[in-house]
Amino acid sequence: MMNITLKVWRQKSCNSQGAFATYGVEGVSPDMSFLEMLDMLNERLIKKGEEPIAFDHDCREGICGTCSMVINGRPHGPIKGVTTCQLHMRSFSEGDTIVIEPFRAKAFPVIKDLVVDRSSFERIMVAGGYVSVRTGNAQDANALPIGKHEADEAFNAAACIGCGACVASCKNSSAMLFVGAKVSQYALLPQGQPERKQRVLNMVAAMDLEGFGNCSNTGACEATCPKGIDLPHIARLNREYIAATLS
Amino acid sequence: MALDSKIPAGPIETKWTDHKFKLKLVNPANKRKYTIIVVGTGLAGGSAAASLAELGYNVLAFSFHESPRRAHSIAAQGGINAAKNYQNDGDSVHRLFYDTLKGGDYRAREANVHRLAEVSGNIIDQCVAQGVPFAREYGGLLDNRSFGGAQVSRTFYAKGQTGQQLLLGAYSAMNKQIHEGGIKFFPRHEMLDLVVIDGKAKGIVTRELNTGEVKSWAADAVLIATGGYGNVFFLSTNAMYSNATAAWRAHKKGAFFANPCFTQIHPTCIPVSSEHQSKLTLMSESLRNDGRVWVPKKAGDDRPANQIPEAERDYYLERLYPSFGNLVPRDVASRRAKEMCDKGHGVGSTKLAVYLDFSDAIKRLGKPVVEERYGNLFDMYKQITGENPYEIPMRIYPAVHYTMGGLWVDYNLQSNVPGLFVLGEANFSDHGANRLGASALMQGLADGYFVIPYTLGDYLATVGASKLTTDHEAFKKSEAEVKEVTKKLLAIKGKTTVDEFHKKLGHIMWDYVGMARNEKGLKHAIAEIQKIREEFWKDVMVPGSETEFNQELEKAHRVADFIELGELMAIDALERNESCGGHFREEFQTEDGEAQRDDEKYAYVAAWEFKGVGAKPELHKENLTFDYVKPSQRSYK
Repeated sequence: MMNITLKVWRQKSCNSQGAFATYGVEGVSPDMSFLEMLDMLNERLIKKGEEPIAFDHDCREGICGTCSMVINGRPHGPIKGVTTCQLHMRSFSEGDTIVIEPFRAKAFPVIKDLVVDRSSFERIMVAGGYVSVRTGNAQDANALPIGKHEADEAFNAAACIGCGACVASCKNSSAMLFVGAKVSQYALLPQGQPERKQRVLNMVAAMDLEGFGNCSNTGACEATCPKGIDLPHIARLNREYIAATLS
Repeated sequence: MALDSKIPAGPIETKWTDHKFKLKLVNPANKRKYTIIVVGTGLAGGSAAASLAELGYNVLAFSFHESPRRAHSIAAQGGINAAKNYQNDGDSVHRLFYDTLKGGDYRAREANVHRLAEVSGNIIDQCVAQGVPFAREYGGLLDNRSFGGAQVSRTFYAKGQTGQQLLLGAYSAMNKQIHEGGIKFFPRHEMLDLVVIDGKAKGIVTRELNTGEVKSWAADAVLIATGGYGNVFFLSTNAMYSNATAAWRAHKKGAFFANPCFTQIHPTCIPVSSEHQSKLTLMSESLRNDGRVWVPKKAGDDRPANQIPEAERDYYLERLYPSFGNLVPRDVASRRAKEMCDKGHGVGSTKLAVYLDFSDAIKRLGKPVVEERYGNLFDMYKQITGENPYEIPMRIYPAVHYTMGGLWVDYNLQSNVPGLFVLGEANFSDHGANRLGASALMQGLADGYFVIPYTLGDYLATVGASKLTTDHEAFKKSEAEVKEVTKKLLAIKGKTTVDEFHKKLGHIMWDYVGMARNEKGLKHAIAEIQKIREEFWKDVMVPGSETEFNQELEKAHRVADFIELGELMAIDALERNESCGGHFREEFQTEDGEAQRDDEKYAYVAAWEFKGVGAKPELHKENLTFDYVKPSQRSYK
């Protein structure tokens, strides 16, 4: 069992001023997940008549993309390739002080404490993150062979969980890895070709409108992404965008 | 009240085709006059919302999540079944129909299951057209894998993230319609009541989670697609927010709840490690394609796995079921794992686990192939347990995963409340007493893409467009009720937290309404759950106010409903004096420990009518008839 100290960002609502609050947490088991440690703290706070820390989470198996916290300066914490919910307390030591903040970006306003509003991502997807196909009698799935390499690369892009860690880690709060992943997926697949140009133009316009910054090739997003989405997707986004504007 | 399943007449192969022709249509120009509410936007709700908006209906879609992409469908790992027969291994619509009906231990409707099998191939076509990146072979064609309860390879997959890719497909279809104005999407809105006017579902009341605003919404029909109720058990593989509130509140407004005791305990989950555990993590059933399940032959054997010689290992599934081996259905695999642990053969520190061993697969296929197939699952296992499954066998144990029961619906997916339709895991319809692996995704998408777009139109064309608005007094009354429950929860200011009540309920459910049930235990559980309910309303502690983002308040509403639903599950389990699929009553088993069905007395759907909190619910029976598949003792030997 460990004893740790947490410095947690507390903010009542979007419009109020936030500040760090300090909590000592005793009796933390190394097998607990990070979020279970927060559950335990919240139970103790409620029992003491204090307000629990609001934090977003859901599947707790690293796929829904709901967790949205920065742990010791890193979105999703110190372990590469995992989300906050898959982080375990065995990654910390007795006596550690852990700083927890929400994902910070102009386009991700805080709702409460560690919960942020990522509806800006939704609006980008609505602008063009789809192939226009009606439900109905689509042609037989095997009538459209797709090379394994392209299919795998499209899958790698499509593995994005939309958590926003890329934005939170970027000094420019750029969403280009997020947008690049979706643009890549469809640019690589034959199904995405008819709307290829309009899609990238619409999505980039929506991204700019939301106040996300530009990419300056630092690569913090790639280093932070829990799903291993890599920088070539941003390169492909730029290429797609330029090709679409030139023609 | 007689339950009319509205199964069309005629041979099973043409029922759905004939029915589609007979269903009334809504003229394309008139569709825009109808408003449809869709609650829940996972696979079933998302695919329904998109498909209905494409047809021209006004769709109002609600989710308590911030985005449809967060729905728990995202977490489905292994795959989706379809009778494509791309493998030339003897698959057909009839075989998928047969496997699903048999897998469900003959407690599902033949007609529904056949329709599911018929549309399965179309689902794959639809998803590929959307750009869903399924796994492919080097020739560019789609790859398949095998799943439990089948002897053909009919499962399509995208690594261990099939649910994610299919959900993102449905989400993209929704986004197109949101873009075009066909769908208005309301994130972070939780449905807290169904509004029924003159016996028909006409709207809902929601609470906006960011601000606490309670609001009414009127519509011509309401679709509930809010998933299952596995979180009644507290510990399950469901996401933390997954809940039964929308379905349960609809039940309290008159919708019958069918087969609540049919819950699926999935055999391959990461075992519980401590009392602080908040949820359980599933390891996809696809792992049983290549992993071998075993325990030490000697009870209480404490040696590490790699020191137990081959001759001292009991590959019990291969021994007991030579023809299906490790790929027996989930209920069978789960029960046998429990049995091995109960007899003292369990492994790991808690002794509540069995091994799932990949060493033979790694020898046979090489590590790169195993990595390609299951890499993300192995990583997840390692992250959670700190052990490397490439080197040491995984430890697995059953956990609550899926609920076959749900709101009762007829063949058109309409509940007994006209205008209320129920889709996906939230309904009871297709899986009987046990769901086969890779069939949940299939059913969710079948309901949303290929069933509801036809059947809903028939209802709308019959009743005509509604002129009701939320000014109707029924909405005001529902809003007042929702606000009153909220106020009551906040006013108790007791000493016990919502989670403490939830865990207490979960323990009772797991111990007495879990993998094995008996009369004495079920009666005990009912009494205990009633006590928990009384204590909850006297002593729950919900901090904060109703006019702000308040996660404890959200949970309190959900746990209040779980407690009531838990009691109904136990009542249903007690009433069903037979074993079938996931419902195993210890009193009813064969000599070799298999489930003993009683088709004479229990070949029916148990649909329960709500009669008030604490009052005995009324049972309505829908008899099941089997004209095409003769029910037999399931054998996987």
